[in-house]
Amino acid sequence: METRSATAAAVTTKTFVWVWVALLAMTVVEVLLAYFHVPLLIMLTALMGLSVIKGSLIIAYFMHLKFERFSLFLTLFPMLVFCILLLFIFMPDSFRLMEMRPR
Amino acid sequence: MAEARTETWTATWSGGASPFAMNSKKLGMWLFIISDALTFSALLVAYTYLRLATPNWPTPFHFSPSILFASLMTFVLLSSSLTMVMGVHSMNHGRRRSAVGWILATMAGGAAFVLLHATEWRHLIVEEGVTPFANPWNEPLFGATFFALTGLHMTHVIVGVIYLGVIAIGVGRGKFKPEDVEVSGLYWHFVDLVWMFIFPLVYLMSVHI
Repeated sequence: METRSATAAAVTTKTFVWVWVALLAMTVVEVLLAYFHVPLLIMLTALMGLSVIKGSLIIAYFMHLKFERFSLFLTLFPMLVFCILLLFIFMPDSFRLMEMRPR
Repeated sequence: MAEARTETWTATWSGGASPFAMNSKKLGMWLFIISDALTFSALLVAYTYLRLATPNWPTPFHFSPSILFASLMTFVLLSSSLTMVMGVHSMNHGRRRSAVGWILATMAGGAAFVLLHATEWRHLIVEEGVTPFANPWNEPLFGATFFALTGLHMTHVIVGVIYLGVIAIGVGRGKFKPEDVEVSGLYWHFVDLVWMFIFPLVYLMSVHI
């Protein structure tokens, strides 16, 4: 246990500042995408891609998952991703609903 | 080669008294975070479902001031995550006074976020006429989903500020250990993480240029 804590504590504050700068930079890119009004599908893909990268950085560095045992990651995250993917089963139905609407 | 492989597997899954090499509070917080992540995921997927199924989904967020305002909220929340991680770092290095200072800075960031959010809600409710049940664009689900999502997130921020207040007092009095600060940090970063998905999906996807 000491080894893991020691690894996390050994990370310099410089690393955290760099992660923060990267997160801010990606937020600026997201806002610019909205400002230039890129096509909806491209925008949705780009925004979700950037959000996943931002989320991963927060989990890895700020939440220290990078320094925890790999077994913790394997226990928690594949299940989470699987459950979230299951939620998307309903998504095609949203297109069907739109088609069914009276025009 | 085979030996190295066996060693890796042993290191990953070695059991014993503490299979994840962490205390029970931290593991409990991770489990809570995963369950809460599923709640927010369900809400975000439901929001996206309705957004796609509704041809005339309202786009009430003008770039200025709404999006700039929401961007400022994002900046405040991201910065509060940095101050929180600094607090955990200070506590891990035995600097209690410094840790309290960073936690107070995090609380200030959280409070600023809530104030900015409340201002934005007031603008939508009073000036635009959006409520959870009705709005000028005749798409009541917009208000319902918007207030449910952002309201649940704001509740988490308020709870986080109170939680951090308790932790700051405890650390100041010498009661809490570095693990306790780290566990509160996990919660705070999760709140930040959720906003990283709400901001683009709810605000940037409904921008009105």
